[in-house]
Formats: sequence, C-alpha cells, structure tokens
Amino acid sequence: MSIWEYANPKKFMALSARALPWAVGLTLVLLVTGLVWGFFFTPDDYKQGSTVKIIYLHVPSAMMAINAWVMMLVTSLIWIVRRHHVSALAAKAAAPVGLTFTLIALVTGALWGQPMWGTWWAWDPRLTSFLILTLFYFGYMALWAAIEDPDTAADLTSILCLVGSVFALLSRYAVLFWNQGLHQGASLSLDKKENVSDVFWLPLVICIAGFVLLFVTMVLLRTRTEIRARRLKALLARERVA
Amino acid sequence: MKALLLRDLRLAFRSGGGFGLGLAFFFLLSVLVPLGVGPEGGTLSRIAPGILWVGALLACLLSLDRIFALDHEDGSLDLLATAPIPLEAVVAVKALAHWIVTGLPLTLIAPGLAIFLNLPPAGYPWLVLSLLLGTPALSIIGAFGAALTVGLRRGGLLLSLLVLPLYVPTLIFGGEVVRRGAEHMALATPLALLAAISLGAAALLPFAAASAIRVNLR
Repeated sequence: MSIWEYANPKKFMALSARALPWAVGLTLVLLVTGLVWGFFFTPDDYKQGSTVKIIYLHVPSAMMAINAWVMMLVTSLIWIVRRHHVSALAAKAAAPVGLTFTLIALVTGALWGQPMWGTWWAWDPRLTSFLILTLFYFGYMALWAAIEDPDTAADLTSILCLVGSVFALLSRYAVLFWNQGLHQGASLSLDKKENVSDVFWLPLVICIAGFVLLFVTMVLLRTRTEIRARRLKALLARERVA
Repeated sequence: MKALLLRDLRLAFRSGGGFGLGLAFFFLLSVLVPLGVGPEGGTLSRIAPGILWVGALLACLLSLDRIFALDHEDGSLDLLATAPIPLEAVVAVKALAHWIVTGLPLTLIAPGLAIFLNLPPAGYPWLVLSLLLGTPALSIIGAFGAALTVGLRRGGLLLSLLVLPLYVPTLIFGGEVVRRGAEHMALATPLALLAAISLGAAALLPFAAASAIRVNLR
C-alpha cells in the first residue's frame, strides 16, 4: 500500500468521493466559527479600529495563494517524473482556485490599505510580488487553455510551473530591493516574542485552517470534474470510432 | 553549431523585418516618452533608466516568436532536433543569434537614445554595462517562452503573457543598476545579481526549452 495507489483515477475517485463530504463539512464548520468569532466577538484594535477584521480574510487567502502554487509545483513534478494523470489534472484544477485566492488577497488588501495606509495600491514588495504571482497564474491557465492535446498541455504547463517557480522566487527577493515596504514583519510565528495578541490569534488560526480545507475541497471537486470530463471525452471518441 | 549560428544571422539580416523592428520600436519609445511626459529635464533624467530598460525589454519581446516559429513552419526545426548536436545546444545557439540581432544593437544605440531622455552623465557606462549583462537573459528567457508556444498557431499574445513575469527580476535589477549608477550610489549588488540571472538562465533554461520543444514536436 503506497500513496501512488491513489494515482489510479478509479481509486482516486473512490477515495475522494468518501473524503469530500468530510472536507466540505469541516470547511464549513471552521470557516463559520473562525469568521463569526473574528468578525463579531473580537475587540477592535486600538489603532486600526474595526478594519483589523479584514485580517481574517486577507491573511489566510494570501497564504493559500502561495501554497496553491507550491501544490501545483509538487503535482507538476510528480507528473514529469511519474506521469500520473491525476497529478497533472490536480495541478490544472488548483490554478483557478489559487488565482481566486490571489485576487481575494489583493482586493481585501486594497480595502484594508485605503483607510490604514491612505492608498489602495503601493509598490510595496509584497503587493508587487502578488501582482507578479497573478501574472504567473494567468499565464499558466492560458497555456493550459491554448493547447488541445491534453498530454502536451500537461507537459508544457509543468515545465512552465517549474521555471516559473524559480522566477517567482527571484522576483520575490528582487522587489525587496526597493524598500522594506508598508507591511509589518512576521507576527504569527510560534517562537517570536512580538506576536499578534491572542485575542486575534486564535480566530485567525481557525480561519487559516478553514481556508486550507476550503482549498482542499475545491481542488478535490475540480479534479473530480476534470477526471469526469476526460472520461466523457474518451467515451465520445470511442463512440465516434464505433 | 557555428554553421547554425551563421545561418540564423544570415536569415535575420536578409529578411530584415524583426531585426530592424525592435530597434525602431526602441527609438520611437525613447522619442515618444519625452513628448508625452514633457520636456522638463529633471523628471526625464529620473525616469530615464527605467524607460530605457522597459524599452529594451519590449523591443526584445517583439521579435521573440521568430526564434523558432519560422523553423517550425518550414520543418527545419524537426531536422535540427534529429541533427547530431543536442537540442539544448540548438536552443542556446538560437538564443545567442537572437541576442546578436536584437540585444547587442539595442545595447549599442541605448547611449544615443539616453541623450533624448536626459540621463545623467554618470549613468552612461552603467547603462551599457547593465544592458550588455542583462539582454542575454532576455533572449534566453524569451527562447524558453518561444519553445513553449512553438506549436501554437496564435502564440504571439500568449508568449508575451508567459514571458513578461519571467522578465521581472531582470528588469528590476537592470533598472536599479542604471538608477544607482546615475545617482553615484553603490551598485555592486544589483550588478552581480543581474549577471547571476543571465548566467543562471543561460546555464539552465536551454534544458527546459529543449524539453519543451521535444514535447511540441512529439
């Protein structure tokens, strides 16, 4: 028994069918708990007022925007090395989800930045690297859409994902050259003295867990859809031949 | 390999098109920006490094799809893929040829255009040096993008979308070198990083591009 058994689409479909209701349920519980707690049962920040509550959407979606790309990188690598179709389809399925998280992070960030920094947009290192990440997601999805043959598309997008990851990292550190920017440093770590106050920390962590599960749910759903679409195409092709 | 390089150069010079187009674009941009921004010298000299680098980048982008598209159309790319030299070397040579017909001339005319943009005198040597170090990266990254889209009929726009985010670090470091040079600041770090990007891209991207071409020719 190894993890590679689930590279078999049939096994994957069976497992994901069983896992999906749990994932949906847990996502709902965590998101509702975290967001309701965060929005209605935490005090206002003494400096930022109630705008601090944007953090419960902004930080988790920003984290997942990056993690989604990392997941695409891993699944692309698996596709290149072991050529499991489920892996390639999972990468394809994750891209629009990651893009949505990126856009949510950018929009909530703008809404938060307007009252706090007095501007919707600044060429702050993190803002800039998220803009670049958006471009990467668009390019990746456009390449999938442009190529008809599914195997060719999977190969080329995987190569793009690998090369893109290197350049995304490079850009991340390149933009640091300008200045430290408006964002604060890391303040959620477990080992630092100066952290977000516990009042905000707990609901935030619940929200982050909720967003992780939301991502898992969406990717499972979309991967299942992709597999079904692939099966349908195969059936149609067979019918045309017969 | 030498024969391939000479062939590509000869094709580029005789067909004219792409080679002149990039230079003309660069020239037009450098003339149009002052007309749009206004003739005030201080503003121009502050934005000159960025404008020159953006112009060089876009001019490079214009001719990228020609790197492999023509060879793919007439079938010579298939011949090159089965030739005794490895496909990685073919990619590297083609990127070099592209650099010789676009990056190098862009570098050479950039100081002339910098006069229009009122670049401070201290910036000139760094402008030439940064373009000399940075434009090879533009060509080789572009060759990778062209390799990804070589099989597509309408690859032009997609190619720009794929390549632009990859160009970001080169553009940032390149512009930074010139800006710091123009303002008499220390610039060893961005210069070294710019060179590192060019060298790293030249060392690794031919492999990625060659595997993309193999997929596309399959």
